[in-house]
Amino acid sequence: MTLKEFWHRLGSPRWFYQISGHFGWAFGALALGLLVIGTFWGLAVAPPDYQQGNSFRIIYVHVPSAILAQSAYMLMGAAGLVLLVWRMKLADMVLATTVPFGMSMTALALFTGAVWGKPTWGAWWVWDARTTSMLVLLFLYIGLYALRQAVPRQETAGRACAVLAVVGVVNIPIIKYSVDWWLTLHQGATFKLTESPSMPPEMWLPLLVNVLGFYCFFGANLVGRLRLEILRREHGTAWVQELMAGGRT
Amino acid sequence: MNPKRRNRLLIVLFLVAGSAATLALVLVALNDNLNLFYPPDQVVGGEAPVNTPMRAGGMVLDGSVARADDGLGVTFILTDYQGSAFTVAYSGILPDLFREGQGILVQGKLGADGVFQAREVLAKHDETYMPPELVDIARGGGP
Repeated sequence: MTLKEFWHRLGSPRWFYQISGHFGWAFGALALGLLVIGTFWGLAVAPPDYQQGNSFRIIYVHVPSAILAQSAYMLMGAAGLVLLVWRMKLADMVLATTVPFGMSMTALALFTGAVWGKPTWGAWWVWDARTTSMLVLLFLYIGLYALRQAVPRQETAGRACAVLAVVGVVNIPIIKYSVDWWLTLHQGATFKLTESPSMPPEMWLPLLVNVLGFYCFFGANLVGRLRLEILRREHGTAWVQELMAGGRT
Repeated sequence: MNPKRRNRLLIVLFLVAGSAATLALVLVALNDNLNLFYPPDQVVGGEAPVNTPMRAGGMVLDGSVARADDGLGVTFILTDYQGSAFTVAYSGILPDLFREGQGILVQGKLGADGVFQAREVLAKHDETYMPPELVDIARGGGP
């Protein structure tokens, strides 16, 4: 299948529903395995930090959730662009189903950051550029959720959300580079593309495993929610009726 | 790509570029206000406001921490190790990570005498993480 064919096929929610069943389970199984290994490794095997002791271990939840909060938003931005330009049904479903996941990840990153910040910095919350831009991300997610509920007509709601999602992407580089552009209390990035991580392998390997585990969890969550959304929106079509009646399509 | 889609794509790109440019201008205009704290050279150089609540930051100079004989009073010097340093006076409980050579952020007012009267002291952690035994090796002590 060429890329162009794949692109055309994506226009059909029915096709996506038929091929995606196994992907959901595969992502789910991978996520479970990676998260169990990464979490056990990070919490029980990895050495404590020389300054923070054991409280640094919150990094194994904080960093993956913060990365996923931003990745999920980037996916929504891309889906918003596809919806606005190509009017693809599936893009609107991605836009709608990613919001709760991204919102939870952002909230989790903010919460774990506050819990870590109290013993390490001495404050639950500081209004520096990193924490504030992350809070803006949470508000963007809440805004997207509210906007969809507020507009009764599905198509109009989809386009309005797409515009908000696409414009909100501007916030992502601000979050990423806030620690480099301004003086902040939040430290610089742990993982950089151009340098080796500023921690030894026995500390960053479990973190990497957990980041991959979070990505797989996102995959499983997205596929599962998308399949439900397809059934919900296409429930009037012949193929869904047939599927519900017990037939296989 | 058909002309209709190309037009929509151009509109969306214009929208994103426009909002990015707007935000960039706002951020550049607010640049000084977006920094959470004043570094030592700005405090010493008179760029930081005097007798106004603000935050300043720096590294705790080795050997500069002096505790009062009675009470929780403590003074220390914050430096950037590049020639600028100022004294901080604080009364209260210091965060666990407070130590010499550590990055510290203080909130309070800069007095006219150049001494910073801190109301709150926060520890700034950097992105370096190390197991305790590696620190001993790094300091030449052996494991």
